[in-house]
Amino acid sequence: MGPVQAPDRGRRWGLRYCCGTLLCLVWGMLVLALFELPDQWPGLLPQARAQLARSGVEHPVTAVLLNFRSYDTLLEVLVLFLAVLGVWSLGFIEPGPGRSPAGPLLAALVRLLLPVLVLASTYLLVRGTYGPGGAFQAGALLGTAGVLLLLSDVPISRAWFALPLKVALTGGPVVFLAVATFPSLRGGALLQYPVELAGALILLVEVAATLSIAAALFVLFAGGRPQEATPALPPAGDDNGEEV
Amino acid sequence: MTLASWWLDLCLCGVLLTVAWHLLATPDLHKAVILFIAFGLMLALVWVRLEAVDVALAEAAIGSGLTGALLWSALARMEMKRRRPSGDDGRDDGPGASS
Amino acid sequence: MPPSFLLYALVGVTLLVLGLYAAISHAHLGRKILAVNVMGSGVFLLFLALAVRSGAGSPDPVPQAMVLTGIVVAVCATALALILACRIQAMTGRAYLAGEEDPEISS
Repeated sequence: MGPVQAPDRGRRWGLRYCCGTLLCLVWGMLVLALFELPDQWPGLLPQARAQLARSGVEHPVTAVLLNFRSYDTLLEVLVLFLAVLGVWSLGFIEPGPGRSPAGPLLAALVRLLLPVLVLASTYLLVRGTYGPGGAFQAGALLGTAGVLLLLSDVPISRAWFALPLKVALTGGPVVFLAVATFPSLRGGALLQYPVELAGALILLVEVAATLSIAAALFVLFAGGRPQEATPALPPAGDDNGEEV
Repeated sequence: MTLASWWLDLCLCGVLLTVAWHLLATPDLHKAVILFIAFGLMLALVWVRLEAVDVALAEAAIGSGLTGALLWSALARMEMKRRRPSGDDGRDDGPGASS
Repeated sequence: MPPSFLLYALVGVTLLVLGLYAAISHAHLGRKILAVNVMGSGVFLLFLALAVRSGAGSPDPVPQAMVLTGIVVAVCATALALILACRIQAMTGRAYLAGEEDPEISS
């Protein structure tokens, strides 16, 4: 770089000291605010416990996530979909440059681990109704199974990336939206599940959300749009010059 | 609050802050990503201590594992793109390569 | 024995401020993303420390649900930000924003 670096460096360090001092002040204010908080605060625990019997599940966190504050979870599933759209629209999946091929150890590990991961994810999904677990944890396990598949160079047929992936990705938001608007057809409000159907509806939403989260995490790790199964045709709507 | 639980809390918090400091201050990006994975796993332990088991499961799987994998793969891609214009051949990114 | 919320809340606030300083002062995009993730973890720690004050045997479930949502949203944002950083690197050849000096040369 150029010869004039010393005064620049001095100004940069001065700026850093200013930032550091301001942030120390912010830290001090936050700590003072913390000391003013009461030591015991029930929050919304009594209300959640009181309504737990009508929520359709037996675990308070799952009840809050998928019944009491299901609007937040609906928006979160949509945010996941939006992130996939963003990543999908930025380019194709390209193989990691210069990555060494997966050895036999990884292949054997994947062969052992994948069934266990699928089983564990199903267990967590069903366990969410009565204990810690639920759709997000199950979806995360399935997503990591997909990531392992990618990393271990298992030859995946391109046909899996065409329709099944898209169905899995959109299944979560679509099913959740359908279940959300279904009570309004019978005169209720949005997301107001009828009490006798609440458990079944929550399980339906969780299954769809698990597949959707797994597919979304897989696409987020893969880092782009999968190349279609027919290389002869150009991808639809793609004209930024990248070749298939 | 027994002495043992205080000690556990202090140790957990101390490790968390130390790992966070090193992860933010180290000049080597690969080391930072590995420290981030360790940070996520320590955070999962903290969630268990705070009796939030669902959050611990999600943090260990998504927050630590998947985010670590994402960071590693993105950094490897950025490394290779940065090194390529200088005429290197495309040898793979070993863990010893520093940024 | 429920843990004291004050210690964990303090650690959460410290992580937040440390992450913010690192996000401001680092120039490399990957480091900024790492720092913002640390900030997010600090906020989650603060939330759950405040949730454990309920004192009735189990913590408040609403902040736990919010943090669960937050973790998933954070990984989405991190993935999108990393893909964008890779594209910036591919298009401009630099892993830092325009107007900042090369982080490998200085400090």
